[in-house]
Amino acid sequence: MRVMLVDDDQHRVVLLRQALIDGGNAVVAQLTTSDDLLTAVAHHQPDVVLIDVDAPTRDTLESLGQIARDRPRPIVLFAKHGDAETARRAMRAGISAYVVDGMPESRLKSVIDVAIARFDEHQALRRELEETKMRLADRRDVDRAKGMLMQRRKITESEAYEQLRKMAMDRNLRIGDAARSLLAAAELL
Amino acid sequence: MSANVLEKDELRLGVIPLVDAAPLIVARDRGFFAKQGLEVEVSVEASWASVRDKVATGLLDGAQMLAPMPLAATLGIDGIGVPMVTAMTLNLNGNSIAVSESLYRELQLREREPLSAGRALKGLLLRDRIIGRRQRAFAHVFPFSTHHYVLRYWLAACGIDPDRDVRLEVIPPPLMVQHLSDGRIDGFCVGAPWGAAAEAAGVGYRVVNTFQIWNNAPEKVLGVTRAWAAAHPRTHRALIAALIDACRWLDMPGNRAEGAQILIDSGAVDAPPATIRTALEVPSAGDSFFGTGLVFHRHAANFPWLSHAMWFVEQMRRWGQIDTAIDAADIAAQVYRPQVCREAAAMVGVPCPQTDHKSEGMHAGIWALRLPSGLLTMGPDAFFDGAVYGTDGVPAEVS
Repeated sequence: MRVMLVDDDQHRVVLLRQALIDGGNAVVAQLTTSDDLLTAVAHHQPDVVLIDVDAPTRDTLESLGQIARDRPRPIVLFAKHGDAETARRAMRAGISAYVVDGMPESRLKSVIDVAIARFDEHQALRRELEETKMRLADRRDVDRAKGMLMQRRKITESEAYEQLRKMAMDRNLRIGDAARSLLAAAELL
Repeated sequence: MSANVLEKDELRLGVIPLVDAAPLIVARDRGFFAKQGLEVEVSVEASWASVRDKVATGLLDGAQMLAPMPLAATLGIDGIGVPMVTAMTLNLNGNSIAVSESLYRELQLREREPLSAGRALKGLLLRDRIIGRRQRAFAHVFPFSTHHYVLRYWLAACGIDPDRDVRLEVIPPPLMVQHLSDGRIDGFCVGAPWGAAAEAAGVGYRVVNTFQIWNNAPEKVLGVTRAWAAAHPRTHRALIAALIDACRWLDMPGNRAEGAQILIDSGAVDAPPATIRTALEVPSAGDSFFGTGLVFHRHAANFPWLSHAMWFVEQMRRWGQIDTAIDAADIAAQVYRPQVCREAAAMVGVPCPQTDHKSEGMHAGIWALRLPSGLLTMGPDAFFDGAVYGTDGVPAEVS
């Protein structure tokens, strides 16, 4: 299957590209979301276009095949071929697919499943990275808040931690957020 | 569940970065949603395709949509084919046709008016063909949009074949100005504030206000899937009631400046603030170019006229998007839900027309609809070429 990829996230594109090639497909073009999609479609004649669901230029791709004239080939969304559940999974993963009418469904499904899996994997990685960053930031701020409490209230480290935790619970906050609001308040005083 | 309990009270609604996203932003930020017991998260989407997909797959409960989108969805010609409905028009007017600075100079217009602009363009296109110049390109925003149909209507009425004499393409509104300045297109039809933004950037001029082509044309609607509407009838009514309330507030001349500020502060539209303010200003009477501008409520603007839907279906047929055998009246009645609008409007004390149709193109000035409660003032609905569409959606008189 001749696949065209449109995505600004270079890391994600690399993941997906490799998986598609491993599955015996050809990645005929790789574009960013601001590139001229119509010219690229006319030139590379892809069977499938996989594109970031939030790319503004999707509306441009939509016009293909609407008014049949000198357009290269009609393009339809995969949802007509696939089931509603696949469409939902793709949307959640952040990917949309445009396919040439008449492509065999079984082969299409495998390409789309690979794309969803890679986008999901990438999303999970990014979430994990953000959580790690958050945990590191939390630990730093909690330590600073504890230090401030220990100094001002002349209490031990474990007492300071206990007070911070209680404050977080009472206000329904995460301990990192409680620490940050305490630090911000202290700065004002 | 009691008769008053909402089936769902936390909603996610999609909007596109345009001035006519204002009703949803105002309803959120001035408490009109809260007044109906709704907690709404507004999600700014990058494309109409994304709006359609997310509503169709349930990632959004509903969204600001181009008026023809729910029709295209129900007709199954939008690629996804998940039937949608609308019970409310969010606004009328707001679009303009702008051309690049060089095309503007070539057109040599004495006034900004559709007939003279169209004739000048036709003359220029004839000359282009003789000298073998490359085809001019005009952009609109989506295959199923008022922009697309009104642009084609204008070109065709001026003797220009939109499929042969020019090239039409789709460009997302926030990218229009850049494409015009890069010379990739020669003109575009787009919603506010992007026409004014081209002028502000010094790369183009508005030559036609689409109000001049079709007075008070329906522009955006609130769209949901047919299945969502069936599963959430009370929530749907509450949502429409809140939006009608917000539109009424937004349409009061004294509130427009505050409405503009709310929209600017929301960050939903990344355009120069001055262009957003101007788009929401009420133009002074007698300004023929800017005509009536954006209408959010008055003249029964929120009412989903079946005759509007039928005009769109007729355009889809005219330009080969659908089969000629399709019954426009049947599709219109499946998609447009005037009765839901009446029920929702009653919740916020707004009178609605009692009929579902009006003739489009009959009224060149202000007219009145008789209601049991009194008279409802209506705006003009004329086409610039004098065409009149009867209640069956086809021209009653040949122009």
